[in-house]
Amino acid sequence: MYPRPIPETARRSRFLYGALVWFILLLWLAPLFAIFLTSARTAEDIAAGNLWGRPSEIGLVDNYIGVFQLTPMASYYWNSILMTIPSVILVLILSTFAGYVLSKFRFPGNMVLFGIFIGGNFLPAQIMMIPVRNLMVNLGIYDTVLALVIFHVAFQTGFATLFMRNFIAALPRELFEAARAEGASPLQIFVHVVLPLVRPALAALAILIFTFIWNDYFWAVVLTVSDSVKPVTAGLASLRGQYYSAWNLLSAATVVVAIPPVVLFFFMQRHFVSGLTMGAVKG
Amino acid sequence: MMDFWKHNRSWLWPTLFICPAVILFGVVIVWSSLQSLWISLHQWDGLGPKVWVGLSNYRELFQDPQFFVALKNNVIWLVLFMLAPPLGLAIALLVNQKIQGMRIAKSLFFTPLVLASVAVGVVFTWVYTPRFGLLALVYSAFGAEAPALLSNPDLVTFAVVGAALWPQIAFCMILYLAGLNNLSEELIGAGRVDGARGWDMLRHVVLPQLKEVTFIAIAITAIGALRSFDMISVMTQGGPFGSSSVLAYEMYEQSIFSYRFGYGAAIAAVLFVIMLVFIGWYLSRIMRAEELR
Repeated sequence: MYPRPIPETARRSRFLYGALVWFILLLWLAPLFAIFLTSARTAEDIAAGNLWGRPSEIGLVDNYIGVFQLTPMASYYWNSILMTIPSVILVLILSTFAGYVLSKFRFPGNMVLFGIFIGGNFLPAQIMMIPVRNLMVNLGIYDTVLALVIFHVAFQTGFATLFMRNFIAALPRELFEAARAEGASPLQIFVHVVLPLVRPALAALAILIFTFIWNDYFWAVVLTVSDSVKPVTAGLASLRGQYYSAWNLLSAATVVVAIPPVVLFFFMQRHFVSGLTMGAVKG
Repeated sequence: MMDFWKHNRSWLWPTLFICPAVILFGVVIVWSSLQSLWISLHQWDGLGPKVWVGLSNYRELFQDPQFFVALKNNVIWLVLFMLAPPLGLAIALLVNQKIQGMRIAKSLFFTPLVLASVAVGVVFTWVYTPRFGLLALVYSAFGAEAPALLSNPDLVTFAVVGAALWPQIAFCMILYLAGLNNLSEELIGAGRVDGARGWDMLRHVVLPQLKEVTFIAIAITAIGALRSFDMISVMTQGGPFGSSSVLAYEMYEQSIFSYRFGYGAAIAAVLFVIMLVFIGWYLSRIMRAEELR
């Protein structure tokens, strides 16, 4: 291991080292603590410029209730859920099929397709913005959640396919050969061999894709305009314009927007980290 | 019919399996990107007919001072973002100890990565708020007054990059932690026998083994720097007076606010060409590794 492990017996050094790490962590997360503390301030304190002194009253509950009552946050939230969950499911289906084919079948153009899936994933969003927006206008679904779902499924399929391809390629070859020797069709192999084995990969992929789509901001502002359709990211940005100086509300809204990915991450951390390093192609 | 299926099922099934993904990705992502290049040769307001103008959008671009401001900011982003891999490595080294509580500390270090970039943007706007923000608080502890970072044309880009580095460092840290887990114990042991320690060990034994991770971290960080849009849109909207704009934001503004879709597409095309250098570099390494496998 590097750095050299601090020996179990060096109690004092271990304690001091731990304290140092937590101190650095405190600085690292200071912006988050600041926003959280502000979300507990009352509007009066904010207006009076009392941001860091002793609060006259704790406004925590009022602020979080206020976010849902005074702003369209509930509707933003619902739109985000409506956009993210179906997209994740569709991406998983499409990419498992495509990943299976790219990893287990030899055909001309296999590597080219693979390269396109990886490369497309890195393109700047702006290069496809105008035609995608146009496509949605022509399909009559511009400014709907469906437009966001279609785009996100298409885009994330690139990353997800690469991910599934690499995972399936690493599965033991004997299983596939045995199934083929018994005369199983590709569909039967998919159902009886691939599906049971890719479950851990699907879990890792699902949480990654969920985070990417939930957190997307660019397409939310390009493909939606109405408040009733906006997901949380675009919603938060427009709240920032409206409640310019109501930092107690804005802070609470920010925390609310951040919660789902953070909670999901803490519950499925192992999957998230292994997914990110396995895929290692996404910024 | 059934006979035909039976004889050809070995290739019909796979074709069927891969078609939805290929068609969707092909139409929405690849075809759209190519179409943008075509649009960049036209004058177009997004509604009326496209008028062919050849390269004049590009000619205009290279005479537009705002284009060069955005390009310069892109370079600043790219250079400063290169701090993320070494800082990520530093944190990874810091937490790579088996001490009680270290696992929780690690996941808390990751947190900025899972936050929406809009949320990070709002958080840092708050941190930078003159007189009341966290930064102002720190400055006032030293009896000084914090500069109004987001309204100062000379400092604004650095302030936004500072905010964007936060999740990027966390990302590099995850990559390096995985890399540190796969170090060869034998080489490290041999290094220790030869008396290598600390910095020498890092430079001559550890870093060479992290070459692959470092390549990935640098390539993805570079691409991430060039793609920056969200933070700028949320924190400054390119201001004050366009001083914090980058190509990605400039393109959005020209198309969505000024309805100059042809001109916007030309900006996107330039950004695309710049990024192609990094994407190509990354792709060629990945594909070569793939063929060796």
